[in-house]
Amino acid sequence: MSRFAATPQTRTKLRQESAAAGLFLAMLLCLLLPLFAMIADLLWQAAPALNWQFLISSPTHGMRQGGVWPALVGTLYLVTLSLAVAAPMGVLAAVYLTEYARDTWYNRAINMAVLNLAGVPSIVHALFGLGAFVYAAQFGFSILSASLTLAIMTMPVIIASSRQALLSVPHSFREACWNLGASRWQTIRAIVLPNAVGGILTGIILQVSRAAGETAPIMFTGAVFYKAIAPGTLLPYSLDEQCMALSMHLYTLSTQTPGVDPSIPNATAVVLLALVFLVNAAAIVLRTLIRARGRR
Amino acid sequence: MRRWHQLSEVAIEALIRLCGFSATIFVLGIFVFVCREAWPLWHNDAFHLSEFLFSIQWYPTSAVSKHYGVLAMIAGTFSVTLLAMTMAVPLGLGAAIYLGEFCPSRPREILKVLVEMLAAIPSVVWGFAGLTITSRLIVRYTSADVGVNLLNGALLLALMSLPIIVSLAEDALRAVPDEYREAALALGATRWQLTWRVLLPAARHGLVAAVLLGFGRAIGETMAVLMATGHAIHLPTSVFDPVRTLTANIAAELGEAPAKSTHYQVLFLTGVLLFLVTFAVNLTAGLIIRRERRP
Repeated sequence: MSRFAATPQTRTKLRQESAAAGLFLAMLLCLLLPLFAMIADLLWQAAPALNWQFLISSPTHGMRQGGVWPALVGTLYLVTLSLAVAAPMGVLAAVYLTEYARDTWYNRAINMAVLNLAGVPSIVHALFGLGAFVYAAQFGFSILSASLTLAIMTMPVIIASSRQALLSVPHSFREACWNLGASRWQTIRAIVLPNAVGGILTGIILQVSRAAGETAPIMFTGAVFYKAIAPGTLLPYSLDEQCMALSMHLYTLSTQTPGVDPSIPNATAVVLLALVFLVNAAAIVLRTLIRARGRR
Repeated sequence: MRRWHQLSEVAIEALIRLCGFSATIFVLGIFVFVCREAWPLWHNDAFHLSEFLFSIQWYPTSAVSKHYGVLAMIAGTFSVTLLAMTMAVPLGLGAAIYLGEFCPSRPREILKVLVEMLAAIPSVVWGFAGLTITSRLIVRYTSADVGVNLLNGALLLALMSLPIIVSLAEDALRAVPDEYREAALALGATRWQLTWRVLLPAARHGLVAAVLLGFGRAIGETMAVLMATGHAIHLPTSVFDPVRTLTANIAAELGEAPAKSTHYQVLFLTGVLLFLVTFAVNLTAGLIIRRERRP
């Protein structure tokens, strides 16, 4: 036995350490393996239906054949419109919380409200959208009602990440600007926002991915099972109409449409997932770029 | 010119303040509007709050005797959520401990991106996977007759709430000062002892908040349980029973209920109930996080 051999005690310790690491790694894998298994299965089942034509054609034969074009366009409508409402409000709310709010009871209440807004069940958002936008504001079942509901639902995402971004701008930057005689808003516009723009954009991108995938809030406010649009048109809907949406389409195909070939709902799920993942990947790339710039 | 600048500055600051308060306004607005639609029930003699909360008879469209009891759905919601949490909490904490304490920093970034991907999957896709993948697996490997049941819903909810639990729990662990780790290691503790005796107790408030927020998310989840738990309205007796949750009940019946009918109003009252439960859960989690931040 060499002089540097580990004592039995040390060896027990090392064994314990690696056992612990192995156990926790196994737990993490329990979480990630289903992700890969699910994606692989979806792709496998979807393969027969997935092609370019599927993306750009309308559903035919009572949704048993054809593609997802009207649903894809509908989702783009809903996402764009909800973004146009939620992004400015969310960013300005984050500006208020980081730049203006002092630690008073009502600002603590606002923080609680942001947390709670993020936690309100999506079906309750749907009820709110139905009661407030469809009936009380008389927007009817329309793209407008659905996107406003989505906007309120996804705003906390933008607030949370914009806030992180604004907080990471060093306080000395603001002080330097104030010393030059700039006012509060001038400082925010010229110094704080430009320095936080990357993080804010990340939040906005994440909002897009959330909004694209939501089903419950649009189901009763503006999304329909089927709506024929002229093939190839880019702006087929107007704001007071109802529209199809990818998430809703997947729900309809898989639960309300008997006798549909399994490749079609699977392919719809793949298109929806691909959309969401692409958007998320954009956010991740952006974040990595910002970090790289920060390190330099 | 100068006047104009001052005026526009006042205007923009007013706008910022308004947006700042918007989250509060929205939360109140949600509560008010959902309550407003349910309000006429108060004057309705055919409806009793005690029946609503404590009866399992749900016959909203019966021609002879209508009953509006959601106890079976309350039981459904809590059984699915609790089963999901018994799976998700240990796994989520374990995964967070691995990411935060054991994992080398380079793979960690990749693993965290994967967890984020898991969080990004829309709930309707989870529901679809529940219908087509996990329900098949359940029928194949257990004695269950149908795959869309309590266990299936709980599996999906566990996978859906895991990313939240993992990322918040990891934040909580990272908030433990490095001095604690150094002190424990200097005393000769193994990493296992360090985790079990030092980190978990030190981060306990944050971990509880993480679990609560995951719980709140699971209670409110709609599409996955709508598609994958079956639709039997009764008190579940085993994990292979199909159940219906409060959220799924609203989503399944709101489309058929004529606007402003009693059925429609009862569905909104169910929404009020859900709002209050998730509000309580989230508020508790928020207060715990706040106390954590200010020692």
